[in-house]
Amino acid sequence: MPTVLNLELSVNGEPRQLLVPPHHSLLEVLRERCGLTGTKHGCELGECGTCTVLLDGEPVLACLVLAAECVGRRIETVEGLSVGAELHPLQRAFADLGAAQCGYCTPGMLMTAKALLDENPRAEEMEIREALAGNLCRCTGYWKIIEAVQWAGRILAGDPTPPAILREPSEVKGGCSHG
Amino acid sequence: MADAKGRNIIGTSFRRVDAVGKVSGRTQFADDLTFPRMVHMKLLRSPLPHAQIVSIDTSAAEQALGVLGVLTGRDVPVPFGILPVSHDEHALCPDKVRFVGDPVAAVAALTEEQAQAAVALLRVEWKSLDTIAGYDDALCSGKDQIHGYGDDHNFHKKVSLRFGDPEAGFKEADLILEDTMFFDGNTHLPMEEHATVAVPEGDGRVAVWSSTQTPHYLHKALTKVLGLPAPWIRVIGVTNGGGFGGKSDPFNHEIVAAKMALKLGRPVKICLTREEVFQCHRGRHPTLMSIRSGFRKDGSFTAQHLKTLLDGGAYGSYGVASTYYTGALQTVTYKLPHYQFDGARVWTNKPPCGPKRGHGTPQPRFALEVQMDKAAHVLGLDPAQMRLNQLQPKDSVTANWLRIGSMGLGACIEAVRRESRWDERRSKLGVGRGLGIACSSYLSGAGLPINWNHMPHTGVQLKLDRSGGVAVFCGQTEIGQGSDSILAACVAEVLGITLQDIRLCVADTDLTPVDLGSYSSRVTLMMGNAAVQAAERAKEIIARAVAEELKVAATSLVFAERRVFDASNPEHGLSFADAVQAAEGRYGTLGTTGSYTPPRAPGRYRGAGVGPSPAYSYSACIVEVDVDPASGIVRVPNVWIAHDVGRALNPASVAGQVEGSIYMGIGEALMEESAFRRLPAKLSSALVHKFPNMLEYKSPTFLDMPRVHTTIIEEPDVNGPFGAKEVGQGPLLPVMPAVANAIFDAVGVRIDQVPIHPWMVFKALDEKRRGGEGRYGPKQFPAIDYGDCLLVPTPEQGGDGKARNADEIGVRSGTMSDTAKKGKPC
Repeated sequence: MPTVLNLELSVNGEPRQLLVPPHHSLLEVLRERCGLTGTKHGCELGECGTCTVLLDGEPVLACLVLAAECVGRRIETVEGLSVGAELHPLQRAFADLGAAQCGYCTPGMLMTAKALLDENPRAEEMEIREALAGNLCRCTGYWKIIEAVQWAGRILAGDPTPPAILREPSEVKGGCSHG
Repeated sequence: MADAKGRNIIGTSFRRVDAVGKVSGRTQFADDLTFPRMVHMKLLRSPLPHAQIVSIDTSAAEQALGVLGVLTGRDVPVPFGILPVSHDEHALCPDKVRFVGDPVAAVAALTEEQAQAAVALLRVEWKSLDTIAGYDDALCSGKDQIHGYGDDHNFHKKVSLRFGDPEAGFKEADLILEDTMFFDGNTHLPMEEHATVAVPEGDGRVAVWSSTQTPHYLHKALTKVLGLPAPWIRVIGVTNGGGFGGKSDPFNHEIVAAKMALKLGRPVKICLTREEVFQCHRGRHPTLMSIRSGFRKDGSFTAQHLKTLLDGGAYGSYGVASTYYTGALQTVTYKLPHYQFDGARVWTNKPPCGPKRGHGTPQPRFALEVQMDKAAHVLGLDPAQMRLNQLQPKDSVTANWLRIGSMGLGACIEAVRRESRWDERRSKLGVGRGLGIACSSYLSGAGLPINWNHMPHTGVQLKLDRSGGVAVFCGQTEIGQGSDSILAACVAEVLGITLQDIRLCVADTDLTPVDLGSYSSRVTLMMGNAAVQAAERAKEIIARAVAEELKVAATSLVFAERRVFDASNPEHGLSFADAVQAAEGRYGTLGTTGSYTPPRAPGRYRGAGVGPSPAYSYSACIVEVDVDPASGIVRVPNVWIAHDVGRALNPASVAGQVEGSIYMGIGEALMEESAFRRLPAKLSSALVHKFPNMLEYKSPTFLDMPRVHTTIIEEPDVNGPFGAKEVGQGPLLPVMPAVANAIFDAVGVRIDQVPIHPWMVFKALDEKRRGGEGRYGPKQFPAIDYGDCLLVPTPEQGGDGKARNADEIGVRSGTMSDTAKKGKPC
């Protein structure tokens, strides 16, 4: 086994040629070698979901994947989510609904949600909860994230109607129920 | 800025100013920062819970590949701590370790891997001391002392306060209940692991970029330990990836990083592992409580005597304040004519406890609200109505001398009662299902600063640019709660400009006016008031210039839609940029300041500094549970919450804070706990964290989260900016007791402790089936000598806020007698 590998990776559609020790995780390589610090870390043990990125469209925990395993595969991170300056519908929905509070789990949430919506933009509430159950968030209580994913799904399916809380903000006083 | 319907920013669910950065991965957290020539640091942490350090051999580590420097306790000998009364921590332990995880030495190397490898080469010779594992060990003096100061052997702090005449109150009672309850410890678990980068500036100065909620206090600790002039140290509070109180202490790793950076002349980064975050802790104090209350037949209180015993862990941290907080806010929700509070905190060889969301108040709130539920049951009263009937009035002073302003708890109770259909559904949901209610209140900022002084608690400075842009400087720290957005919104609202016209500069001790930090739910109220003041002063200057320019009265000018115009003739006006230029032309470069100091509290007794606040938020919560009697598993399908926030400056953000509080409350009620275990003898018998990882420290996932039905109640408070009060902590408090009360409604058993595990419910059900009382919880509260009791007449008794026996007791010296040091044998 050589002490460094010469890897050719494709990150957000951009080619990267890197010399990487074989034991370095995709997380380390993205953050420390590619300068893509949008992907966060919360445990380095595969427990929190914070470092989720997409590998060939599937969500993976970048802390548990070796960079060497990713050659020839499509790596997508939060930095690749927007098209130019145009935010992805998920990003817009998260921003407008306050689904990002401290924002630390947000990149991982967005990537997991993207994989789900790519497959099924009309995912039901329970499917969203199940898909995201491996991503922990300590701030939001999850509901704003669920609503944001639903809203983004509607936008992707051609219906941009915003959720009630954004339509008539002054009426929130009367109760903003999720029931 | 007013929209077409005349709505301004304040009161609308505007997009947070940090939202786009956070959803695009652009926001930089502390570990995302890199600097040229930066090196990495790791700490050697104690593997033993209590030991003397006999010697440390650093030679092998110093010779290791890539290593640039090693530090030990000798290099940072000055103690520090968050409270002036407990400077009992060292950046690296000089002679003694007090818990598994106490830092002993630091290694800096070119890479993190090299630093970690070199840490393994450090050789330490230890001499083990007695392990104080919990209350029993701590009370059983005669064991080794963890610290050489405090109130009695391993007691850090003892408090005894009597307001009014509790014995007379108990004599008036128709029912007296006495309960022993336990609230276990739990931790903040922010998603971001603490990180710090210290950057030397080459001229003896150093900049410290850190994930801290309290840059100002870190600045003070660095100044003390490094022995440098304060202006040579710059602390920048980087946007926190969650705090919840866990990043409010100045931490050893932050200080060591600065010391190492100064030694090496290179930037030094440390990012803690998740296990180290568990060791930093400062989380919820495990608290044993004895609560005795007298009730009249109508459910009203005649008196209460609360005793608390806090397991503080290894250091002082905020512990003195935490101890007082376990008693301070019992009086602010319901009329309590007579009240005695005895509190004590012991040291144990575990990670230090400190301020977690609710700081010291969730534990006694649990005891109070569960006991009220028991009283309602015995007296045959509706628990919601019983609470409504005895609300502490608005604009009143409590028995322990806290001044209450606005008070929306009645509206909160009515709202959750209505929304949950409480009256029709309580006790009628069928087998295993039930509803429970609990209420709470929390501070909107503490009335006194940690370091007592007469200066403002926060300051805001504005620089008005002739472009029409406004730069806003404030020491406040964004920890996810949305304080950056509130700061920008307050200024934009007053000046009639947009959020995009504002440039923020925050949490930088060199560049921004001091703000004490993001703790005690103080930022919206205090910073908001300072921001409004600064903006109003700017508005006044601009209005004067525009009035001259337009030849109208300054009082008739309106600031809206990025314009300044005559109210009676809106066409007649200037753009905001032109208005600024008119003012700059007349008065020179434009800048204003605002600041905020809380009103003086009426209490004058020793301990009266903990509890006062400019305004109290109120919450009422109804929880629905579904209990499986066969397994004891509790599911929570629904939570109804109403929170009196004074004024919702951003309703979507308020709802988000409420939902996040419910989430964390559900975690504390049903799963989160800081558990410890002994290693086997062949592995040192050390007391270690049982679950220092996120897989086994259970926290709620998407699938565990109940539906939350939120009602925002707005009872504007004159002390809040635009009437606003806090929302980040208060809504957590009623969740845990409401869960316990709902379990009783569902299956008729009482669980007098949290977290409520299925086996506790199962055992209580089993006991009930066998004819027992059907209760799970602590059996007894130990006999504790709380020391001399301060006797404080209440306002109703015509008191003056002072203790009448203050002179007899005097001020405790803080040093203990030889007998106390030695302790009594068990």
